[in-house]
Amino acid sequence: MSYQLNPAVFDDDVQLEPIRAGFGRGLKAAGEANEAIVALCADLTESTQMHLFREAFPKRFIEIGVAEQNLVTVASGLARAGKIPFTSSYAAFSPGRNWEQIRTTATLNNQPVKIVGSHAGVSVGPDGATHQMLEDIALMRVLPNMVVVAPGDSVEAEKATLAIAENGKPSYLRLARDKTPIFSTADSPFEIGKAYVLQEGHEATFLGTGTMTYHLLVAAKILKEQGIEVEVIHVPTIKPLDKETILTSVQKTGRVITAEEAQVAGGFGGAVSEFLGETLPTPILRIGMLDRFGESGAPNELLEHFNLTGPQIAEQFKEWKDKTPRYHQGF
Amino acid sequence: MQLTIPQLEHKANEIRQDIVKMLETAGSGHSAGPLGLADILTALYFNIMNIRPEDPEWADRDVFFLSNGHTVPVQYATMANAGYFERAELQTLRRLGSRLQGHPEREKLPGLENTSGPLGSGLSQAAGYAYSLQYIDDQKHRFVYVVMGDGELNEGNIWEAAMFAGKYKLSQLVAFVDRNNIQIDGTTEEVMPLEDLKGKWESFGWHVVEIDGHNMESIIDATSQARAITNRPTVVIAHTIPGKGVDFMEYDYKWHGIAPNSEQAKDALLKLRTLDGKISHEGEGV
Repeated sequence: MSYQLNPAVFDDDVQLEPIRAGFGRGLKAAGEANEAIVALCADLTESTQMHLFREAFPKRFIEIGVAEQNLVTVASGLARAGKIPFTSSYAAFSPGRNWEQIRTTATLNNQPVKIVGSHAGVSVGPDGATHQMLEDIALMRVLPNMVVVAPGDSVEAEKATLAIAENGKPSYLRLARDKTPIFSTADSPFEIGKAYVLQEGHEATFLGTGTMTYHLLVAAKILKEQGIEVEVIHVPTIKPLDKETILTSVQKTGRVITAEEAQVAGGFGGAVSEFLGETLPTPILRIGMLDRFGESGAPNELLEHFNLTGPQIAEQFKEWKDKTPRYHQGF
Repeated sequence: MQLTIPQLEHKANEIRQDIVKMLETAGSGHSAGPLGLADILTALYFNIMNIRPEDPEWADRDVFFLSNGHTVPVQYATMANAGYFERAELQTLRRLGSRLQGHPEREKLPGLENTSGPLGSGLSQAAGYAYSLQYIDDQKHRFVYVVMGDGELNEGNIWEAAMFAGKYKLSQLVAFVDRNNIQIDGTTEEVMPLEDLKGKWESFGWHVVEIDGHNMESIIDATSQARAITNRPTVVIAHTIPGKGVDFMEYDYKWHGIAPNSEQAKDALLKLRTLDGKISHEGEGV
């Protein structure tokens, strides 16, 4: 019943792998299972890990060149011809540059076009702010019909890719560039629209998406050593949000932290705030990018610079909790 | 259903009358573009394309994408005349709950292949479909037609698609440019010059045909030529008169985005009815 974490998750030598690598494997597996799946890339095939698919199914791989608007609109036409097109680029360019095309030809048109945005978040590193996509969650989750998924590690990314290949809907898959710790296992569940309780606790609900769930686990471990037990929930699907799992936890804890490698405004923290604001108004500390752009640096330096590491989150939580009332049902 | 040329000319006139009536009832919408495209759409739906209006998802059909979605009244009127739905429904254009949205939405109306309005993405969608037929599905007998406006060619997305179709030699793709020389802010050459338009497409690897877009024979010939060319996509630069058939709308860019009032519609219908059966290629009549 309970989610089995990778037993080595807190070890110094925990296995690291870029989330995008899981996408590459998942896409190839999806292509083996369903020959309607086609892949399109905008001149970043190895970088986005589509080369595995290209090698396995050269006939079903389409090089688009550096043309992100064409990328999704050609995909829309392929979808009309009965295909399930996966498009990939860096998130800064797709959905960064081609939002209107996605809106009109994928979501309003309601075709199962898959937008795979790699290199999201500040952990892109030295390339700097232009390439560190932070607004993609906000851009994609406001679109009707769109499904938004940000896997937490490469193992989950593989499962998420297989799931969105068969969901019949326009979908956004958010990937990261840098190697990140693998906290799930091959047996961990993944279902679109489901959130997973990784650790139980009553002091607060820690909701993480994408790469940030690992950092919440680290924060929770530090807090536990200090006698503060928090509940950690991994929320790989930002839309549709698993309201039931979130509400059940928040009713128990009365305090929420959200964490994402993205703008909190309009992002995952925004989504949780909207939901709880309407349902169970609860104090929320949103960890993420606070109305600013990233900059060049090593990925780990940047996470620390922007207060996104586990130890920093633990400290921020303690400070915040001491000055914030806990809201309970009936408040 | 393959109509003869005189039958097509008669049908196009009926479709123009439907366009005027539906725009008048709607009270808003675009007049010039739809009237200018009536001959091309009539030729496509009543002669050129292999389609089954009673079975819009027929697997062997030819496919039509409208890229400049604001001209959709001509597509609705043509589809209704072809039997996709009752002509009476044309009067619901732009009303709440109507399947005939102000700009076309695929999911609302069977027979529409895409959703469009924001300019520049129809050629890519058509190219994606044509790619699938040529390289994945091995269905060489099906063709993909797309209509674009000329002002729409200001969009970069179009030229991304032009490069793509050229690279992959999408020979089952037949594009029409509605070369009526107007866009909202004035003439195309004032707003953002397109010439040398033929040279542009040729340099992107396309076969280019220039025709009088009101001459049924030329429209049909251009598409047969396109289907016979197996190593390149074809673009038909169709010179048209915006507002064609209604003298007070012709050539006047002010009619781009407005609908006729009842007085104007009455005049327009009279004009069209008088011309019925006497249409010449120059568009001059009694």
